[in-house]
Amino acid sequence: MDLYRRRILINQAGIGLSMVAMSFGLFALLWILWTLFSKGFAAFSWEFFTQDTPAPGTEGGGLRNAIIGSGLILFFTTVISTPIGILAGIYLAEFGRVSKFASATRFVTDIMLSAPSIVIGLFVYALFVVTTGGFSGWAGTVALSLIAIPVVVRTTENMLKLVPTSLREAAFAVGAPRWAVSLKVTLRAVKAGVVTGVLLAIARVTGETAPLLFTALSNQFYSTDMSQPMGNLPVVIFQFGLSPYDNWVNLAWGGSLLIALLVLGINIGARILFRQKDKR
Amino acid sequence: MTDAVNAVPLLGEDIHAAQIRKFRFQDMLFHRVTLLFAFLVLAALIGILVSLGMEASPSFKEFGFSFLWTNVWSVPDDQYGALIAIYGTLVTSAIALLIAVPVSFGIALFLTESCPVWLRRPLGTAIELLAGVPSIIYGIWGLFIFAPLFAEYVQPYLQTALGDVPVIGGWFTGPPIGIGILTAGIVLSLMVIPFIASVMRDVFETVPDVLKESAYGVGCTTWEVVRNIVLPYTKVGVIGGIMLGLGRALGETMAVTFVIGNANRITGSLFAPGNSIASTLANEFGEADPGLHIASLFALGLVLFIITFIVLAISRWLIRRGLGAEGV
Amino acid sequence: MSDFQSTISEEAVLQIRNLDFYYGDFKGLINNNMDIARNKVTAFIGPSGCGKSTLLRTFNRMYDLYPGQRAEGQILFHGKNLLDKKQDVNLVRAKIGMVFQKPTPFPMTIYENIAFGVRLYERLSRSEMDDRVQWALSKAALWEEVKDKLQQNGLSLSGGQQQRLCIARAVAVKPEIVLLDEPTSALDPISTAKIEELVNELKEDYTIAIVTHNMQQAARISDYTAFMYLGELIEFGKTDELFVKPKIKQTEDYITGRFG
Repeated sequence: MDLYRRRILINQAGIGLSMVAMSFGLFALLWILWTLFSKGFAAFSWEFFTQDTPAPGTEGGGLRNAIIGSGLILFFTTVISTPIGILAGIYLAEFGRVSKFASATRFVTDIMLSAPSIVIGLFVYALFVVTTGGFSGWAGTVALSLIAIPVVVRTTENMLKLVPTSLREAAFAVGAPRWAVSLKVTLRAVKAGVVTGVLLAIARVTGETAPLLFTALSNQFYSTDMSQPMGNLPVVIFQFGLSPYDNWVNLAWGGSLLIALLVLGINIGARILFRQKDKR
Repeated sequence: MTDAVNAVPLLGEDIHAAQIRKFRFQDMLFHRVTLLFAFLVLAALIGILVSLGMEASPSFKEFGFSFLWTNVWSVPDDQYGALIAIYGTLVTSAIALLIAVPVSFGIALFLTESCPVWLRRPLGTAIELLAGVPSIIYGIWGLFIFAPLFAEYVQPYLQTALGDVPVIGGWFTGPPIGIGILTAGIVLSLMVIPFIASVMRDVFETVPDVLKESAYGVGCTTWEVVRNIVLPYTKVGVIGGIMLGLGRALGETMAVTFVIGNANRITGSLFAPGNSIASTLANEFGEADPGLHIASLFALGLVLFIITFIVLAISRWLIRRGLGAEGV
Repeated sequence: MSDFQSTISEEAVLQIRNLDFYYGDFKGLINNNMDIARNKVTAFIGPSGCGKSTLLRTFNRMYDLYPGQRAEGQILFHGKNLLDKKQDVNLVRAKIGMVFQKPTPFPMTIYENIAFGVRLYERLSRSEMDDRVQWALSKAALWEEVKDKLQQNGLSLSGGQQQRLCIARAVAVKPEIVLLDEPTSALDPISTAKIEELVNELKEDYTIAIVTHNMQQAARISDYTAFMYLGELIEFGKTDELFVKPKIKQTEDYITGRFG
């Protein structure tokens, strides 16, 4: 009886601790979100979206240039990494089932999924910033693309692998060449999954700060010239968050909330899209 | 027989000759183009190693391998060693894992074994969304919200409670200013918990129900099933998940840079400000002087990349074995 | 070799000669010899794993998709060896269509499902294509059911309709032979009956080779039957003769249900 009671107690302690852990995780999430929302919303105003980042010591100001800059960089990142990632993913799924080159690529992609993003920034600095003569929106785009591409590659490949063999064979059976089977039938069959992958990749790079520090740098003024240093939300948050000016810190909170809303929105959107596809 | 067969034109090739040629060409193009893009991905990694190595070479030439264990980082003297940053990186990551592993284990355990079914999906999704929160938000939250509270309510108590204990007492000395290595480790742990917890949950779910049911069948409690069946069965994948979290923690920049204090010295106290490799890069690279300073920063980047590469490679290998499947 | 006649007196559209098949080191087909008669239905029966699907998949070289699978010997089609390395496989598949066990509609509209294959080898005007789609769907006895929803996704159809869509798709490219790989095993009895009826009509214009695990089905719809076991062709002949008076003991055992 004594032994039995001890076992029950240990069990209750274990389960209890797991609940504590879960509550701790949820508490942290809610705490972070709560501060983010209360401080972030307080910073939102008409000026926040219409004025550019203020100079040191001046009042007011907004994040217009950073919002536009981030938008441009993210847009071009999506445009570049979507086709590259999808085509590389197709290669791995279509031709790379047994080749050594493909398994090496698969391995590298998996590593790059979690590789330190700041190192990607260094790489693009050495490769691009130094050779083109300066920080630019393009350099930032290249850095973010290097982070987004592996995400797209892996989801595309995994999705394509889920296509039933019979569907692939059926497409071959009407006499279609390989490219048509791939692009017009199997890829189309997993469209929702691939789009989800692209969305997740965008969500992943939206808040990336480290790779932009030495590539896009930042720009205090409004600019849409991708060949010049470009203001962007993460770097502004970084600079303003560590600054001594109250209005800068407030803008950093507002920017953080904006990014968080975007990232959570994309994540949730991707999930809904993918689940709808499941139901069909 | 065979020769006679081959002598005549093959089936329908005369009528469709142009179309066949077109398809062959398109297929070849399709193969080459997709191959090229796959190659680009592979080349990026090699490019990173090569370019970091090249940019770092002046530093390695000047300091040799002793760069790795030299306890100096001084811009005015133009003397650089990686030890301070490596120390900061390893210690913050160790603190992060110390907190994150048990918590993640608890979360995964709760989600797979004791959570009501209707709550599993929403809670699991919440954890996954937490993994998506950009790290800079952890950083700014850590600096403005967590660090002041930590300095006021936690650090003084830690100091009185543990300050006089031999050996570990030294970890809790110095002024309780909120920011420092310990704070960085704690913020980092919040950031990696979702990663480790989701991997652990995934590998826990691979345990066949039959196994668990047989254990319950002989009267085991949930805790005993987890200890004696689930954990041994998923050991490999669990370690893989921890390694994944470690890989993330080692290379994390923003969550650390905001709260680590950015001081280039090793004091032995966890309350003291320090620097990790990533935070050193984030702080100094933008204004670095050409020459040894920038080369040494590249060298730091290379060291970080190699360490995380090894950790992530091991993690991938373990997780794949743990999930018993390809392509996960 | 067995003591039955592997050739036929009617015109043969496919002549299989000394055909061996390998999955890596495993020999899946051993020295198969037989003829497939033009505009007839030839059924392949035998226990699962006997090689009947493998044999069917050599006719359109579907195995080519998988490294490690290879066929040796000859399959003569209009006097040319289909297994020839130089033979263009896409063209072979356009001439020899295939329908699978599970319905496999492409992820596109019903109209596009049919037009996809046709467009590969023919340039048709919009109205010619419309006619072709209607013709193929009528051939598959599906036109009346779908004529008002040609722009809907093929996946919106029922299982039986999807399978008839796949038959229409195969027929649309005007092949000479249509291979059916257990086409009714995933369908309900009513849909199965419709497909069997369809097979009977289709043989007016096409040669049909059908793999089935259902002996009654083979007896109902085929003109010739091949019984296979462990990769070998055990007996081949006219269906009514093979089922009524099998020459080989193993065949008799199988069709009377003593094994398999």
